[in-house]
Amino acid sequence: MIEGFTALYIFMLSAFTGYEVISRVPVILHTPLMSGSNFVHGIVLVGAMVAMGHAHGPLELTIGFIGVALAAGNAVGGFVVTERMLEMFKSEKEKA
Amino acid sequence: MDTLIQIAYFAAAILFILGLRRMSSPVTARTGIHWAGAGMLVATLITFFWPGMENYLLMTAAILIGGVAAWWTGQRVAMTDMPQMIALYNGMGGGAAGAIAAVELLRSDFYNDTFLVLALVGGLIGSVAFSGSLIAFAKLQGWMRRPFRFPLQHQFNLLLFVVTLGLGVMLATSDETGGTTLLLFFTLALAFGILKTLPIGGADMPVVISLYNALTGLAVGLEGFVLNNAAMIIAGTVVGAAGTLLTQLMARAMNRSIANILFGHFGGGEGAAEAEVEGSMKPIDANDAGIMMAYASKVIIIPGYGMAVAQAQHKIKELMNLLLERGVDVKFAIHPVAGRMPGHMNVLLAEADVPYDRLYDLEEINAEFPQADVALVIGANDVVNPMARNNPESPIYGMPILNADQAKNVIVIKRGQGKGFSGIENALFFEDNTRMLYGDGQAMVGELINAIKQL
Repeated sequence: MIEGFTALYIFMLSAFTGYEVISRVPVILHTPLMSGSNFVHGIVLVGAMVAMGHAHGPLELTIGFIGVALAAGNAVGGFVVTERMLEMFKSEKEKA
Repeated sequence: MDTLIQIAYFAAAILFILGLRRMSSPVTARTGIHWAGAGMLVATLITFFWPGMENYLLMTAAILIGGVAAWWTGQRVAMTDMPQMIALYNGMGGGAAGAIAAVELLRSDFYNDTFLVLALVGGLIGSVAFSGSLIAFAKLQGWMRRPFRFPLQHQFNLLLFVVTLGLGVMLATSDETGGTTLLLFFTLALAFGILKTLPIGGADMPVVISLYNALTGLAVGLEGFVLNNAAMIIAGTVVGAAGTLLTQLMARAMNRSIANILFGHFGGGEGAAEAEVEGSMKPIDANDAGIMMAYASKVIIIPGYGMAVAQAQHKIKELMNLLLERGVDVKFAIHPVAGRMPGHMNVLLAEADVPYDRLYDLEEINAEFPQADVALVIGANDVVNPMARNNPESPIYGMPILNADQAKNVIVIKRGQGKGFSGIENALFFEDNTRMLYGDGQAMVGELINAIKQL
């Protein structure tokens, strides 16, 4: 179990990484990057799968099912729209 | 198997961070999403082998339903509608985090009380991001035209939030699991997300979507601690931090604080101080405007949301090529908050194959306006309003703007004489060197093209 100060350290270092990774981004990439980070939190899918995998009874199962479906939508939709946007970023040279 | 799962999650976390890093440069951005995608695939597949899981059939069905629906809509949505789709997919992530919290709270099998509290906090944040994002989606989609407001709204929302927190404390301290209190807790959290987002005007939606994106990340990170899932902790927290920074950058570009957006009533136009502008708007026809641009040596084009609405980006690309052939230097000036999201204009122009090296940021281009013969404003309004520079009475005073008024000539393509999204009069339209070209963006750029071709 990740807990106590180990958990705090992971949280702190991850937060710092997120801040650093994005701080050098040019404005022209803000929308694709927002969409890209939206895709990355689609990792909630693995959590939803685990929660649903351990669910018992119709109520837990129904909520778990909804969670997995929503999470899959987040991951797949986030990937598709980000890829479509980034696909269009080409410089003058590449287009020739 | 446990070790293998941990290795896969570790690899996924690295791929996410490297992917995000690559996405922050235009040269490597396209590969960045593939790196992150590979990480997601690895993490998802290995999770099927998580020990002690059941319900595989239903789980696969749920993945297929959500995945196929999102794939189908994501492939079809027009580039102009990207902002609301991001809001929608983000809301789904928040909803999933809320669902995880609900399942875990119903099972009530926590390692210790700290994890119970983390599940509650993550569930609350995820639920607010879920319902709030759905309202943001509805607003941008045009399903909700007017901000919904009633007296003492902020006080009511605050009360709602406090009651929700109180229920959370009750759930954390009592031994009772599930039941009515839990249902009420999630219902109120969802209601709070809706009521919090309803009064915010459409102009502020980009900042709000970015904020909910950060909140979903945070909720995912918190639920990651509950499930002892390192991939979720790292990816969620990274997005939470990155999203918070992005939200701040966007709010700063509008010269507004996040608190002001959440608690102020600016975006809908109500309460904005009326500043009187002297002078009159002087119209021009497309022929004269075309000639003016064809014989210019430097033209700066300033796109705004109006360009997105009129779908004029392809025509603008054609106009750019025509001017370049005549030896005119053409540049695009992109305001950080032009459109409905930061970078919205860049995405649309990229769709029309305008090379990104012709697009310039506010800081890069502002010094060049005095040398420009023509500044062509298409569908932009507040971001070129000189009142932000020189009228302390104006609600947008202090907002960094593109200094289009310093160009020798300004041509504004605009549908009519009405005010912009924010409802503020634009002093640029009344300047002596400004000419108004009234009409639909796409049609007017088409006429400009014809006028130049006939020379």
